[in-house]
Amino acid sequence: MKTKLLTVAVTGMNALPDNPGPGLAVARCLREAYGAGIRIVGLGYDALDPGLYLGQYCDSVYLLSYPLNGADLLLERLTDIQAVEKIDILIPCLDAELPLMVGLAEKLAGIGLKTFMPDAEQFERRSKARLPELAEAAGIVYPEVKTLANPQFFRTCNQVGWTYPLVVKGVFYDAKVVANPEQAVAAFHSIAQEWDLPVLVQRFVAGEEYNLAGIGDGRGNLLGEVMMKKRAVTTKGKAWAGVATADEILAEVARKLVAELQWKGPLEVEVMRDPKGVYQLIEINPRFPAWIYLSHGVGRNLPALLLELTMGRPAPAMPEPRPGTMFIRHALETIVPMSLFETLMMQGQCTPENQG
Amino acid sequence: MAGQTLDFPNVETLRRLALSESGFIFDPVTGNSFTVNHTGQAVLQLIQQTLDIEEIIQKLQAVFEIDTLVAERDVIEFAGQLRGCFL
Repeated sequence: MKTKLLTVAVTGMNALPDNPGPGLAVARCLREAYGAGIRIVGLGYDALDPGLYLGQYCDSVYLLSYPLNGADLLLERLTDIQAVEKIDILIPCLDAELPLMVGLAEKLAGIGLKTFMPDAEQFERRSKARLPELAEAAGIVYPEVKTLANPQFFRTCNQVGWTYPLVVKGVFYDAKVVANPEQAVAAFHSIAQEWDLPVLVQRFVAGEEYNLAGIGDGRGNLLGEVMMKKRAVTTKGKAWAGVATADEILAEVARKLVAELQWKGPLEVEVMRDPKGVYQLIEINPRFPAWIYLSHGVGRNLPALLLELTMGRPAPAMPEPRPGTMFIRHALETIVPMSLFETLMMQGQCTPENQG
Repeated sequence: MAGQTLDFPNVETLRRLALSESGFIFDPVTGNSFTVNHTGQAVLQLIQQTLDIEEIIQKLQAVFEIDTLVAERDVIEFAGQLRGCFL
């Protein structure tokens, strides 16, 4: 009798060169860990999401309803896909869809989709707007954040002690460093247009940025932390090359945050190491980062660990990370037959070719 | 200079550095990398063992067959460069 392979659905296949989503990297990690021993269903929002055409990582792919269209349509679409694919595990990878996915967790479980996500309260507590409150509770240093409904603040902020440069941020995504009121107002409108209001402003911290990816087990423990420093960035400030680092002090910062939140699921902690060597909390992303393939590179394949945890299996022992391991991205053209693009456009699903 | 120490960066910082034979140096905590010439490499290897300036100079003289003043100058200069990198 043929045994059914474990099927894992991964969102965020928008592996765009200047600002890649994490889904393709997550799928690559899973393929590295399990080879042909699992089926991977790639989920995207646009027929031009590059990861949807890479058959070596995705056995089949589907388009979803945009998060903007609401939770009901998203659930309806996932239910249709589930009827065909019999998915065991869903790994959401995008900031904009995560609030919906978290809210749908029980309904997803009801149609047989296992997830390993935080609850709504945990999710909200790490939001950008509430970050100072969380950092305070966890005993972590952080730059002050303000929530803005209009850009007037930037004209007079110098008078109330908010001196330039400042960082203007979207509530879900995006951050721009601005040096004067004109740049700040432009950044406000650009971010509000893409990510809606409110817009956040954060005090600028000079120093070097470090990122840590890991998984919270939901009982206050951080598992498998992997640290990285960007060595080259795209025009949008995303890592184009990076190097694995290992600092117990940064790991402790992340442990405190995970313990305070009782976080369940993947996360990325973004910090600035200021000139005094103090880590200041900049952001917590409630998902794997796009550079997560480095976790496989350092021997700590975090998407594979997530799969084990989601299936209720014991977490495998993690080897010591290997600082000094680097990654460098490259742009690559995938040849796509028009018929495949047409199928995805018209039917919202297709079976991509193995490009390997 | 017997028993004297120079103003080097934190010794724990220097000891965690990974040195390769090519002169490539990697700091696993910060992710920064540097290159040094043969003299710098030798000085850094010695500093990772001791901060005693006299001992460092004696060992440098033995390796590179240079006089005390030259060795002392090289070590002081290198200590300054290290401070620039790690402070």
